[in-house]
Amino acid sequence: MRPYLLKGHERPLTQLKYNREGDLLFSCAKDHHPTLWFSEDGARIGTYIGHNGAVNTCDVSMDSTRLLTGSSDSSAKLWEVETGRCLFTFKYQAPCRAVSFSINEHLAALSTDPFMSTTPAINIVRISEDPSEQSDEVVQQLTGFSKRINRVTFTDLNGVLMSAGEDGVVRRWDLETGKVKEEAKLHEKEIRDMQLYKDGTHMVTASVDKLVKLVDTQTLEVLKVFQTDRPANAAALSPIFDQVLIGGGQDAADVTTTSDRAGGFQSRFFHKIFMEEIGSVRGHFGPINAVAFRPDGRSFATGGEDGYIRINHFDNDYLSGRFL
Amino acid sequence: MAAMKVRWGDTLDEDDSLPQNTVVGPDKQGIKTITIYKKNDKGETVKVVTKTRVSRVEKKIYAVAADRRSRLKRFGEATKEQAGDSVTVQQAEDIPFDRVQKARQTTEEKRAEKEDLKSALQGSDKSAVVGSLRDMLYRRRMERQLALARGQIAAPERPPDEDSEAGGTLPQAGSKPGGYVPPSRRAGATMSDGDSMRRREENSVRVTNLSEDTREDDLRELFSPFGPISRIYIAYDRETGESRGFAFVNFVHRDDAARAVAKLDGHGYDNLILRVEFAAPRAERS
Repeated sequence: MRPYLLKGHERPLTQLKYNREGDLLFSCAKDHHPTLWFSEDGARIGTYIGHNGAVNTCDVSMDSTRLLTGSSDSSAKLWEVETGRCLFTFKYQAPCRAVSFSINEHLAALSTDPFMSTTPAINIVRISEDPSEQSDEVVQQLTGFSKRINRVTFTDLNGVLMSAGEDGVVRRWDLETGKVKEEAKLHEKEIRDMQLYKDGTHMVTASVDKLVKLVDTQTLEVLKVFQTDRPANAAALSPIFDQVLIGGGQDAADVTTTSDRAGGFQSRFFHKIFMEEIGSVRGHFGPINAVAFRPDGRSFATGGEDGYIRINHFDNDYLSGRFL
Repeated sequence: MAAMKVRWGDTLDEDDSLPQNTVVGPDKQGIKTITIYKKNDKGETVKVVTKTRVSRVEKKIYAVAADRRSRLKRFGEATKEQAGDSVTVQQAEDIPFDRVQKARQTTEEKRAEKEDLKSALQGSDKSAVVGSLRDMLYRRRMERQLALARGQIAAPERPPDEDSEAGGTLPQAGSKPGGYVPPSRRAGATMSDGDSMRRREENSVRVTNLSEDTREDDLRELFSPFGPISRIYIAYDRETGESRGFAFVNFVHRDDAARAVAKLDGHGYDNLILRVEFAAPRAERS
């Protein structure tokens, strides 16, 4: 593999997202400009200018027309994907940590951090088809927890919102009542990433406690546990193979004290069923903060604390699946 | 096919010749006909006609949206990009997908393991030797017990008679019917070479405090790193067929024997501590 190195961000990456077709790659970093790239050759299409703080998260609509970003400047912005025009800004009192479109994209969930005296919350807002009618009216607010939420995602035909956060707890919120339906403390430490499998039946959670867990979306039952010897910052499920891609590495604060070889900054592939490590791909000079599989499974992207995004197209040897 | 001209060359080997196999189609209905001629057990020619319906499934991906997006105008920072900015670079170095090697035992690995043992034996760290020896022997023992349980190998053969101990026959030699037996071992051959006999006595190492299920192969594996072995004898009880817990290992060279004694005496093996010493001459023993 000869990966593409995308040097568009000056600060650590926070999240990577492919669009549905897999031709576009969205990246957010702690600098202020979420960026759009071609996933095939890594060419930069544009940057979304408007945020005044670290961009923590993003989500893209199914038709690849809208982009939602959440930032530490206490706002979330809705963008027109192809022009980079900001359509709307949701203003809050605290950093916006997680965003997610609902399945039909009429709704979106935006989580805000505990900050000063404000308590953390997940705000459900309506997304209008016509951007001029967009309002920041909160349809529903989910509260009752004390730690920040790092990932949210809609499931069960928008009946349930899943959240994962700093307390290691994954919650299933009933959106009819606004109450927690089920919750499970899956990790001892902060959950940094939660990604659904393409069919939504199960998901992976990556935690600082060095574990990645495969979890049933409906019951929150832990199906598999993947042991990594470093904090896991991100995990993704391959859409074509029974594989889990795990990105991580030792704590960002300790990186300068060790070599990249000792740091464990590889993207590691584990077998989803047998929980054994299959292989790894090296490249980053710092911990990996974000990983994503292209929806066709033939390529993956990783974003590191070093500010680089690396797009790796698998070679035929891997795609033949011979060594699975 | 039916009206084929018979050429003169074909008539020569008429007995073996079969009509050409044919594949016809797929026709308009999607039927493919395969005709195969072959001979059956009785030597009769059989014609096998297989008809298959062939259907083709095409999957086209209309990447209209993606195609349109591939011509997107640049926006934001990207508009200010210069040719030399190299925001996106393809790495020159080929980054491999580093596979984790499975712990599957190949012959190579086994050899490596032996080398490992050898080097460990030459080193001064006794614990390394004991560790690798114990692992290896335990594994071999388990494998054998498994094979025994499955009936893949025969139960331990009857112990040799005490007479044969003096004769110094290698148990393998001659155990295979029809196998080569050197002249000196053949029936009627006399052990004329008294000198070599004496030397063998000298190079003989007595191993005691063996566990009961230690077998010759185990000892061979244990001692062979030190040097060539001419004979291994394990004392079995004549009545029960069980090991009596001691054995003799004859080395070709006395130096090797000395090293074996030095290294292996007092080593733990199968939870017992081996006692390895030079065997006392026969005269003294009696």
